[in-house]
Amino acid sequence: MSALIEIAGLSKRFGSFTAVDDVSFSVAKGEVLGFLGPNGAGKSTTMKMLAGFVTPTAGTARIGGNDVLEAPVAAKRLLGYLPEGAPTYPDMTVIDFLRFVARIRGLRGGEAADRIAHAIDLTTLATVRLQPIETLSKGFKRRVGLAQALMHDPPVLVLDEPTDGLDPNQKHEVRGLIAQMAPEKAIVISTHILEEVDAVCSRAIIIAAGRVVIDATPAELEMRHPSGRLEEVFRAMTLPAAA
Amino acid sequence: MRNTLAIARRELGGYFATPVAWVFLVIFLALQGVLTFNLGRFFDRGQADLMPFFQFIPWVFLLLVPAITMRLWADERRLGTIEMLLTLPITRTQAVLGKFLAAWAFCAIALLLTFPFVITVNALGRPDNGVIASGYLGCLLVAGAFLSVGAALSAATKNQVIAFVLAVAVCFLFAASAYPMVTDFLSQNLPALGAVARRLSVVSRFESFTRGIIEARDLVYFASFIGFWLFVNTLVVAHRSAA
Repeated sequence: MSALIEIAGLSKRFGSFTAVDDVSFSVAKGEVLGFLGPNGAGKSTTMKMLAGFVTPTAGTARIGGNDVLEAPVAAKRLLGYLPEGAPTYPDMTVIDFLRFVARIRGLRGGEAADRIAHAIDLTTLATVRLQPIETLSKGFKRRVGLAQALMHDPPVLVLDEPTDGLDPNQKHEVRGLIAQMAPEKAIVISTHILEEVDAVCSRAIIIAAGRVVIDATPAELEMRHPSGRLEEVFRAMTLPAAA
Repeated sequence: MRNTLAIARRELGGYFATPVAWVFLVIFLALQGVLTFNLGRFFDRGQADLMPFFQFIPWVFLLLVPAITMRLWADERRLGTIEMLLTLPITRTQAVLGKFLAAWAFCAIALLLTFPFVITVNALGRPDNGVIASGYLGCLLVAGAFLSVGAALSAATKNQVIAFVLAVAVCFLFAASAYPMVTDFLSQNLPALGAVARRLSVVSRFESFTRGIIEARDLVYFASFIGFWLFVNTLVVAHRSAA
Protein backbone atom coordinates (compact mmCIF):
# COMPACT_ATOMS: atom_id res chain seq x y z
CA MET A 1 0.00 0.00 0.00
CA SER A 2 2.34 2.71 -1.24
CA ALA A 3 -0.16 5.39 -2.20
CA LEU A 4 -3.04 6.31 0.09
CA ILE A 5 -5.05 7.79 -2.77
CA GLU A 6 -5.16 5.97 -6.10
CA ILE A 7 -7.31 7.27 -8.93
CA ALA A 8 -7.32 5.39 -12.24
CA GLY A 9 -9.11 6.34 -15.43
CA LEU A 10 -11.79 8.31 -13.57
CA SER A 11 -14.45 9.81 -15.86
CA LYS A 12 -17.78 11.48 -15.29
CA ARG A 13 -20.29 12.33 -17.98
CA PHE A 14 -23.49 14.28 -17.38
CA GLY A 15 -25.57 13.49 -20.45
CA SER A 16 -23.38 14.43 -23.40
CA PHE A 17 -21.15 16.71 -21.30
CA THR A 18 -17.90 15.21 -20.06
CA ALA A 19 -17.01 16.85 -16.75
CA VAL A 20 -14.05 14.62 -15.93
CA ASP A 21 -12.20 12.74 -18.64
CA ASP A 22 -9.89 9.83 -17.82
CA VAL A 23 -8.14 11.35 -14.79
CA SER A 24 -5.46 9.24 -13.10
CA PHE A 25 -3.10 10.10 -10.27
CA SER A 26 -2.00 8.85 -6.89
CA VAL A 27 -0.97 10.56 -3.70
CA ALA A 28 1.36 9.00 -1.12
CA LYS A 29 1.73 9.75 2.57
CA GLY A 30 3.66 12.98 3.08
CA GLU A 31 2.49 14.53 -0.18
CA VAL A 32 0.30 17.61 -0.52
CA LEU A 33 -1.27 17.68 -3.95
CA GLY A 34 -2.54 21.02 -5.23
CA PHE A 35 -5.48 20.59 -7.58
CA LEU A 36 -5.66 23.56 -9.94
CA GLY A 37 -7.85 24.53 -12.82
CA PRO A 38 -10.34 27.09 -14.06
CA ASN A 39 -13.92 27.05 -12.78
CA GLY A 40 -15.84 24.16 -14.30
CA ALA A 41 -12.68 22.22 -15.16
CA GLY A 42 -13.80 19.22 -13.12
CA LYS A 43 -11.88 19.74 -9.87
CA SER A 44 -14.86 19.47 -7.55
CA THR A 45 -16.42 16.61 -9.50
CA THR A 46 -13.16 14.64 -9.23
CA MET A 47 -13.05 15.29 -5.48
CA LYS A 48 -16.72 14.32 -5.08
CA MET A 49 -16.00 11.03 -6.85
CA LEU A 50 -12.94 10.42 -4.67
CA ALA A 51 -15.06 11.07 -1.56
CA GLY A 52 -17.70 8.62 -2.80
CA PHE A 53 -20.48 11.18 -3.18
CA VAL A 54 -20.72 11.15 -6.98
CA THR A 55 -20.63 7.80 -8.76
CA PRO A 56 -18.10 7.81 -11.62
CA THR A 57 -19.14 6.86 -15.15
CA ALA A 58 -15.88 4.95 -15.52
CA GLY A 59 -12.68 4.32 -13.59
CA THR A 60 -11.87 3.65 -9.96
CA ALA A 61 -10.88 5.61 -6.89
CA ARG A 62 -9.24 3.97 -3.88
CA ILE A 63 -8.51 5.33 -0.44
CA GLY A 64 -5.99 3.28 1.56
CA GLY A 65 -6.62 0.40 -0.84
CA ASN A 66 -10.42 0.51 -0.39
CA ASP A 67 -12.45 1.09 -3.53
CA VAL A 68 -14.87 3.92 -2.79
CA LEU A 69 -17.67 2.08 -4.61
CA GLU A 70 -17.05 -1.45 -3.35
CA ALA A 71 -15.98 -0.69 0.22
CA PRO A 72 -17.39 2.80 0.74
CA VAL A 73 -17.60 2.75 4.53
CA ALA A 74 -14.01 1.50 4.97
CA ALA A 75 -12.77 4.13 2.50
CA LYS A 76 -14.71 6.92 4.21
CA ARG A 77 -13.33 5.98 7.63
CA LEU A 78 -9.85 6.90 6.40
CA LEU A 79 -11.03 10.13 4.81
CA GLY A 80 -11.49 13.66 6.08
CA TYR A 81 -13.45 15.57 3.45
CA LEU A 82 -14.30 19.23 3.19
CA PRO A 83 -16.95 19.56 0.46
CA GLU A 84 -17.14 22.59 -1.81
CA GLY A 85 -18.65 25.50 0.11
CA ALA A 86 -18.15 23.71 3.46
CA PRO A 87 -21.82 22.81 4.02
CA THR A 88 -22.87 22.30 7.66
CA TYR A 89 -26.24 22.23 9.43
CA PRO A 90 -27.15 25.90 10.05
CA ASP A 91 -29.49 25.26 13.00
CA MET A 92 -26.90 23.39 15.05
CA THR A 93 -24.35 24.97 17.35
CA VAL A 94 -20.69 24.36 16.50
CA ILE A 95 -20.21 22.01 19.44
CA ASP A 96 -23.41 20.03 18.75
CA PHE A 97 -22.42 19.61 15.12
CA LEU A 98 -18.95 18.38 16.05
CA ARG A 99 -20.45 16.00 18.64
CA PHE A 100 -22.72 14.57 15.95
CA VAL A 101 -19.76 13.98 13.62
CA ALA A 102 -17.77 12.43 16.50
CA ARG A 103 -20.63 10.03 17.24
CA ILE A 104 -20.79 8.96 13.57
CA ARG A 105 -17.00 8.56 13.58
CA GLY A 106 -17.42 6.10 16.46
CA LEU A 107 -15.70 8.33 19.02
CA ARG A 108 -17.03 7.95 22.55
CA GLY A 109 -16.84 9.66 25.94
CA GLY A 110 -13.45 11.04 26.89
CA GLU A 111 -11.89 10.29 23.54
CA ALA A 112 -14.66 12.17 21.71
CA ALA A 113 -14.30 15.15 24.05
CA ASP A 114 -10.51 15.19 23.50
CA ARG A 115 -10.78 14.96 19.72
CA ILE A 116 -13.45 17.67 19.57
CA ALA A 117 -11.40 19.95 21.81
CA HIS A 118 -8.34 19.32 19.66
CA ALA A 119 -10.23 20.04 16.42
CA ILE A 120 -11.66 23.25 17.91
CA ASP A 121 -8.18 24.23 19.00
CA LEU A 122 -6.61 23.55 15.57
CA THR A 123 -9.24 25.62 13.77
CA THR A 124 -9.50 28.32 16.53
CA LEU A 125 -13.25 27.93 16.99
CA ALA A 126 -13.24 28.17 20.79
CA THR A 127 -14.91 31.59 20.90
CA VAL A 128 -17.92 30.49 18.83
CA ARG A 129 -18.38 26.92 20.00
CA LEU A 130 -21.83 27.56 21.50
CA GLN A 131 -23.16 29.64 18.61
CA PRO A 132 -25.56 28.32 15.98
CA ILE A 133 -23.60 27.85 12.77
CA GLU A 134 -25.97 30.08 10.76
CA THR A 135 -24.91 33.09 12.86
CA LEU A 136 -21.23 32.67 11.98
CA SER A 137 -19.21 34.54 9.37
CA LYS A 138 -18.08 32.79 6.20
CA GLY A 139 -14.59 32.24 7.57
CA PHE A 140 -15.86 30.58 10.73
CA LYS A 141 -18.24 28.36 8.74
CA ARG A 142 -15.35 27.19 6.60
CA ARG A 143 -13.35 26.39 9.73
CA VAL A 144 -16.27 24.39 11.17
CA GLY A 145 -16.16 22.31 7.98
CA LEU A 146 -12.43 21.93 8.41
CA ALA A 147 -12.78 20.90 12.07
CA GLN A 148 -15.28 18.23 10.98
CA ALA A 149 -12.79 16.89 8.41
CA LEU A 150 -9.82 16.84 10.81
CA MET A 151 -11.50 15.54 13.95
CA HIS A 152 -10.71 11.84 13.59
CA ASP A 153 -7.10 12.52 12.50
CA PRO A 154 -7.62 10.77 9.14
CA PRO A 155 -4.67 9.56 7.04
CA VAL A 156 -6.27 11.08 3.93
CA LEU A 157 -7.55 14.64 3.63
CA VAL A 158 -9.47 15.94 0.65
CA LEU A 159 -10.19 19.65 0.99
CA ASP A 160 -12.15 21.50 -1.67
CA GLU A 161 -11.05 25.14 -1.51
CA PRO A 162 -10.16 25.15 2.19
CA THR A 163 -9.10 28.81 2.23
CA ASP A 164 -11.96 30.26 0.17
CA GLY A 165 -13.65 33.08 2.07
CA LEU A 166 -10.96 33.37 4.71
CA ASP A 167 -9.15 36.62 5.44
CA PRO A 168 -5.37 36.75 4.84
CA ASN A 169 -4.55 35.90 8.47
CA GLN A 170 -6.89 32.92 8.48
CA LYS A 171 -5.49 31.75 5.14
CA HIS A 172 -2.04 31.86 6.65
CA GLU A 173 -3.21 29.82 9.63
CA VAL A 174 -4.91 27.16 7.50
CA ARG A 175 -1.82 26.83 5.29
CA GLY A 176 0.29 26.48 8.43
CA LEU A 177 -2.08 23.78 9.64
CA ILE A 178 -1.87 21.87 6.35
CA ALA A 179 1.94 22.14 6.27
CA GLN A 180 2.09 20.90 9.86
CA MET A 181 -0.09 17.83 9.12
CA ALA A 182 1.57 17.08 5.77
CA PRO A 183 4.26 14.59 6.87
CA GLU A 184 1.68 12.24 8.38
CA LYS A 185 -1.01 12.33 5.71
CA ALA A 186 -1.88 12.26 2.05
CA ILE A 187 -3.58 15.57 1.30
CA VAL A 188 -5.39 16.89 -1.77
CA ILE A 189 -6.45 20.53 -1.83
CA SER A 190 -8.15 22.37 -4.64
CA THR A 191 -7.53 26.06 -4.95
CA HIS A 192 -7.70 29.09 -7.19
CA ILE A 193 -4.90 30.78 -5.34
CA LEU A 194 -1.66 30.01 -7.08
CA GLU A 195 0.59 31.28 -4.31
CA GLU A 196 -0.97 28.58 -2.15
CA VAL A 197 0.63 25.98 -4.37
CA ASP A 198 4.07 27.41 -3.67
CA ALA A 199 3.29 27.76 0.01
CA VAL A 200 2.00 24.29 0.87
CA CYS A 201 1.99 21.87 -2.06
CA SER A 202 4.67 19.34 -2.83
CA ARG A 203 3.02 18.58 -6.16
CA ALA A 204 0.48 20.22 -8.44
CA ILE A 205 -1.97 18.97 -11.02
CA ILE A 206 -3.57 21.35 -13.48
CA ILE A 207 -6.86 20.16 -14.88
CA ALA A 208 -8.62 21.79 -17.82
CA ALA A 209 -11.82 20.68 -19.54
CA GLY A 210 -11.84 17.54 -17.42
CA ARG A 211 -8.34 16.39 -18.37
CA VAL A 212 -5.07 16.45 -16.48
CA VAL A 213 -2.80 18.74 -18.47
CA ILE A 214 0.20 18.64 -16.16
CA ASP A 215 1.31 16.77 -13.03
CA ALA A 216 4.56 18.17 -11.60
CA THR A 217 6.24 19.82 -8.63
CA PRO A 218 5.65 23.57 -8.22
CA ALA A 219 9.29 24.22 -9.17
CA GLU A 220 8.94 22.21 -12.39
CA LEU A 221 5.73 24.04 -13.18
CA GLU A 222 7.38 27.42 -12.89
CA MET A 223 10.02 26.37 -15.41
CA ARG A 224 7.30 25.75 -17.99
CA HIS A 225 7.08 29.44 -18.77
CA PRO A 226 9.95 31.86 -19.48
CA SER A 227 8.66 34.29 -16.87
CA GLY A 228 8.93 31.61 -14.18
CA ARG A 229 5.56 32.71 -12.79
CA LEU A 230 2.88 30.15 -11.95
CA GLU A 231 0.18 32.51 -13.13
CA GLU A 232 1.61 32.53 -16.65
CA VAL A 233 1.98 28.75 -16.64
CA PHE A 234 -1.64 28.40 -15.51
CA ARG A 235 -2.85 30.70 -18.31
CA ALA A 236 -0.80 28.93 -20.93
CA MET A 237 -2.01 25.51 -19.80
CA THR A 238 -5.70 26.25 -19.43
CA LEU A 239 -6.55 28.78 -22.15
CA PRO A 240 -7.12 26.85 -25.37
CA ALA A 241 -6.16 29.85 -27.53
CA ALA A 242 -2.85 30.32 -25.75
CA ALA A 243 -1.87 26.66 -25.84
CA MET B 1 -27.49 0.71 14.29
CA ARG B 2 -25.20 3.13 16.14
CA ASN B 3 -24.98 5.35 13.06
CA THR B 4 -28.71 5.16 12.45
CA LEU B 5 -29.38 6.29 16.02
CA ALA B 6 -26.79 9.08 15.80
CA ILE B 7 -28.54 10.42 12.70
CA ALA B 8 -32.00 9.98 14.23
CA ARG B 9 -30.88 11.84 17.34
CA ARG B 10 -29.48 14.75 15.34
CA GLU B 11 -32.62 14.96 13.22
CA LEU B 12 -34.98 14.90 16.17
CA GLY B 13 -32.92 17.59 17.91
CA GLY B 14 -33.17 19.58 14.68
CA TYR B 15 -36.98 19.60 14.84
CA PHE B 16 -36.92 21.24 18.24
CA ALA B 17 -34.10 23.67 17.37
CA THR B 18 -36.50 25.56 15.11
CA PRO B 19 -40.16 26.57 15.59
CA VAL B 20 -41.17 23.78 13.17
CA ALA B 21 -41.76 21.24 15.94
CA TRP B 22 -43.77 23.60 18.14
CA VAL B 23 -45.92 24.90 15.31
CA PHE B 24 -46.60 21.34 14.20
CA LEU B 25 -47.53 20.14 17.68
CA VAL B 26 -49.82 23.08 18.42
CA ILE B 27 -51.61 22.89 15.07
CA PHE B 28 -51.95 19.11 15.29
CA LEU B 29 -53.43 19.21 18.77
CA ALA B 30 -55.71 22.17 18.01
CA LEU B 31 -56.95 20.58 14.80
CA GLN B 32 -57.59 17.22 16.44
CA GLY B 33 -59.40 18.98 19.28
CA VAL B 34 -61.69 20.96 17.02
CA LEU B 35 -62.41 17.99 14.76
CA THR B 36 -63.08 15.58 17.62
CA PHE B 37 -65.23 17.83 19.77
CA ASN B 38 -67.10 19.85 17.15
CA LEU B 39 -67.25 17.88 13.93
CA GLY B 40 -66.99 14.50 15.66
CA ARG B 41 -69.64 15.42 18.28
CA PHE B 42 -67.60 13.72 20.98
CA PHE B 43 -70.00 14.69 23.80
CA ASP B 44 -73.33 14.40 22.00
CA ARG B 45 -72.69 10.83 20.90
CA GLY B 46 -72.91 9.66 24.49
CA GLN B 47 -70.43 6.83 23.87
CA ALA B 48 -67.27 6.25 25.85
CA ASP B 49 -64.81 5.70 23.04
CA LEU B 50 -62.37 7.67 20.91
CA MET B 51 -63.96 6.97 17.52
CA PRO B 52 -64.48 10.67 16.71
CA PHE B 53 -60.81 11.24 17.52
CA PHE B 54 -59.50 8.36 15.41
CA GLN B 55 -61.74 8.94 12.40
CA PHE B 56 -60.03 12.24 11.57
CA ILE B 57 -56.44 11.20 12.28
CA PRO B 58 -55.58 9.86 8.79
CA TRP B 59 -56.82 13.09 7.17
CA VAL B 60 -54.98 15.32 9.59
CA PHE B 61 -51.84 13.25 9.03
CA LEU B 62 -52.39 13.43 5.29
CA LEU B 63 -51.91 17.17 5.53
CA LEU B 64 -49.36 17.45 8.34
CA VAL B 65 -47.04 14.48 7.79
CA PRO B 66 -45.85 15.72 4.36
CA ALA B 67 -45.03 19.00 6.14
CA ILE B 68 -42.54 17.07 8.26
CA THR B 69 -41.09 15.02 5.44
CA MET B 70 -40.84 17.74 2.79
CA ARG B 71 -37.61 19.06 4.22
CA LEU B 72 -36.14 15.68 5.14
CA TRP B 73 -33.96 15.28 2.04
CA ALA B 74 -34.92 18.32 -0.03
CA ASP B 75 -33.44 20.70 2.52
CA GLU B 76 -30.32 18.61 2.88
CA ARG B 77 -29.84 18.83 -0.88
CA ARG B 78 -30.53 22.56 -1.02
CA LEU B 79 -28.03 23.29 1.76
CA GLY B 80 -25.47 20.91 0.26
CA THR B 81 -25.18 19.11 3.61
CA ILE B 82 -26.13 15.86 1.89
CA GLU B 83 -22.59 15.77 0.53
CA MET B 84 -21.18 16.03 4.04
CA LEU B 85 -23.64 13.46 5.39
CA LEU B 86 -23.07 10.87 2.67
CA THR B 87 -19.28 11.17 2.81
CA LEU B 88 -19.28 10.26 6.50
CA PRO B 89 -18.64 6.55 7.11
CA ILE B 90 -22.30 5.49 6.99
CA THR B 91 -24.36 3.56 4.46
CA ARG B 92 -27.25 5.14 2.60
CA THR B 93 -29.63 2.75 4.31
CA GLN B 94 -28.48 4.02 7.70
CA ALA B 95 -29.09 7.61 6.62
CA VAL B 96 -32.55 6.75 5.24
CA LEU B 97 -33.50 4.79 8.38
CA GLY B 98 -32.14 7.43 10.75
CA LYS B 99 -34.16 10.20 9.15
CA PHE B 100 -37.29 8.07 9.03
CA LEU B 101 -37.01 6.97 12.66
CA ALA B 102 -36.56 10.56 13.84
CA ALA B 103 -39.66 11.67 11.96
CA TRP B 104 -41.59 8.68 13.29
CA ALA B 105 -40.50 9.37 16.86
CA PHE B 106 -41.66 12.94 16.38
CA CYS B 107 -45.11 11.72 15.29
CA ALA B 108 -45.16 9.43 18.32
CA ILE B 109 -44.50 12.45 20.53
CA ALA B 110 -47.39 14.30 18.87
CA LEU B 111 -49.67 11.30 19.49
CA LEU B 112 -48.53 11.01 23.12
CA LEU B 113 -49.52 14.63 23.65
CA THR B 114 -53.12 13.74 22.82
CA PHE B 115 -53.34 11.99 26.24
CA PRO B 116 -55.98 14.47 27.52
CA PHE B 117 -58.48 12.82 25.15
CA VAL B 118 -57.86 9.48 26.83
CA ILE B 119 -58.18 11.02 30.27
CA THR B 120 -61.40 12.82 29.31
CA VAL B 121 -63.07 9.73 27.94
CA ASN B 122 -62.04 7.74 31.02
CA ALA B 123 -63.39 10.44 33.33
CA LEU B 124 -66.72 10.50 31.55
CA GLY B 125 -67.35 6.81 31.20
CA ARG B 126 -65.81 3.36 31.07
CA PRO B 127 -64.23 2.99 27.64
CA ASP B 128 -62.48 -0.13 26.42
CA ASN B 129 -58.90 1.02 26.83
CA GLY B 130 -57.65 -1.95 24.84
CA VAL B 131 -59.51 -0.65 21.79
CA ILE B 132 -58.04 2.80 22.41
CA ALA B 133 -54.51 1.35 22.60
CA SER B 134 -55.09 -0.56 19.37
CA GLY B 135 -56.37 2.64 17.75
CA TYR B 136 -53.23 4.49 18.79
CA LEU B 137 -51.09 1.71 17.32
CA GLY B 138 -53.04 2.19 14.08
CA CYS B 139 -52.38 5.95 14.21
CA LEU B 140 -48.65 5.33 14.58
CA LEU B 141 -48.67 2.93 11.62
CA VAL B 142 -50.57 5.37 9.42
CA ALA B 143 -48.06 8.08 10.37
CA GLY B 144 -45.21 5.70 9.49
CA ALA B 145 -46.79 4.83 6.14
CA PHE B 146 -47.27 8.48 5.17
CA LEU B 147 -43.80 9.39 6.44
CA SER B 148 -42.16 6.72 4.31
CA VAL B 149 -43.96 8.03 1.20
CA GLY B 150 -43.06 11.64 2.00
CA ALA B 151 -39.42 10.85 2.75
CA ALA B 152 -38.92 9.02 -0.55
CA LEU B 153 -40.50 11.87 -2.52
CA SER B 154 -38.46 14.45 -0.64
CA ALA B 155 -35.29 12.69 -1.82
CA ALA B 156 -36.37 13.18 -5.42
CA THR B 157 -36.32 16.98 -5.38
CA LYS B 158 -34.54 19.90 -3.76
CA ASN B 159 -37.73 21.95 -3.77
CA GLN B 160 -39.70 21.58 -0.55
CA VAL B 161 -42.99 22.75 -2.07
CA ILE B 162 -42.81 20.08 -4.77
CA ALA B 163 -41.94 17.48 -2.14
CA PHE B 164 -44.97 18.54 -0.06
CA VAL B 165 -47.49 18.56 -2.91
CA LEU B 166 -46.30 15.22 -4.31
CA ALA B 167 -46.42 13.61 -0.88
CA VAL B 168 -49.96 14.85 -0.19
CA ALA B 169 -51.09 13.59 -3.61
CA VAL B 170 -49.57 10.11 -3.25
CA CYS B 171 -50.71 9.73 0.37
CA PHE B 172 -54.20 10.79 -0.71
CA LEU B 173 -54.25 7.99 -3.31
CA PHE B 174 -53.45 5.42 -0.62
CA ALA B 175 -55.86 6.99 1.87
CA ALA B 176 -58.87 7.43 -0.41
CA SER B 177 -58.62 4.21 -2.39
CA ALA B 178 -61.18 2.41 -0.19
CA TYR B 179 -63.82 5.12 -0.44
CA PRO B 180 -66.98 4.43 -2.50
CA MET B 181 -66.15 7.42 -4.72
CA VAL B 182 -63.00 5.63 -5.87
CA THR B 183 -64.10 2.00 -5.65
CA ASP B 184 -67.41 2.61 -7.46
CA PHE B 185 -65.60 4.35 -10.25
CA LEU B 186 -63.06 1.55 -10.49
CA SER B 187 -65.55 -1.33 -10.29
CA GLN B 188 -67.59 0.22 -13.08
CA ASN B 189 -64.68 0.98 -15.34
CA LEU B 190 -61.76 -1.20 -14.27
CA PRO B 191 -63.21 -4.02 -12.15
CA ALA B 192 -59.84 -5.69 -11.77
CA LEU B 193 -58.39 -2.65 -10.05
CA GLY B 194 -61.32 -2.17 -7.67
CA ALA B 195 -60.30 -5.01 -5.38
CA VAL B 196 -56.64 -4.05 -5.51
CA ALA B 197 -57.44 -0.46 -4.56
CA ARG B 198 -59.48 -1.59 -1.57
CA ARG B 199 -56.64 -3.80 -0.42
CA LEU B 200 -54.02 -1.08 -0.75
CA SER B 201 -56.00 1.44 1.25
CA VAL B 202 -54.24 2.72 4.35
CA VAL B 203 -57.50 4.00 5.82
CA SER B 204 -59.49 0.75 5.66
CA ARG B 205 -56.60 -1.07 7.38
CA PHE B 206 -56.52 1.67 9.97
CA GLU B 207 -60.23 1.33 10.66
CA SER B 208 -59.86 -2.24 11.89
CA PHE B 209 -57.26 -1.02 14.41
CA THR B 210 -59.73 1.59 15.70
CA ARG B 211 -62.27 -1.19 16.26
CA GLY B 212 -59.70 -3.00 18.37
CA ILE B 213 -58.82 -5.59 15.76
CA ILE B 214 -55.10 -6.16 15.31
CA GLU B 215 -54.57 -8.66 12.52
CA ALA B 216 -51.27 -10.09 11.40
CA ARG B 217 -52.04 -9.32 7.76
CA ASP B 218 -52.60 -5.65 8.58
CA LEU B 219 -49.30 -5.50 10.45
CA VAL B 220 -47.60 -7.19 7.51
CA TYR B 221 -49.27 -4.69 5.19
CA PHE B 222 -47.93 -1.69 7.08
CA ALA B 223 -44.47 -3.23 7.48
CA SER B 224 -44.23 -3.97 3.76
CA PHE B 225 -45.65 -0.57 2.84
CA ILE B 226 -43.07 1.27 4.95
CA GLY B 227 -40.29 -1.11 3.90
CA PHE B 228 -41.10 -0.62 0.23
CA TRP B 229 -41.03 3.18 0.41
CA LEU B 230 -37.83 3.22 2.47
CA PHE B 231 -36.26 1.00 -0.17
CA VAL B 232 -37.44 3.42 -2.86
CA ASN B 233 -35.94 6.22 -0.76
CA THR B 234 -32.52 4.49 -0.74
CA LEU B 235 -32.70 3.93 -4.49
CA VAL B 236 -33.56 7.57 -5.15
CA VAL B 237 -30.66 8.77 -2.98
CA ALA B 238 -28.29 6.36 -4.77
CA HIS B 239 -29.62 7.29 -8.20
CA ARG B 240 -29.09 10.99 -7.60
CA SER B 241 -25.40 10.45 -6.89
CA ALA B 242 -25.00 8.48 -10.12
CA ALA B 243 -26.84 11.03 -12.30
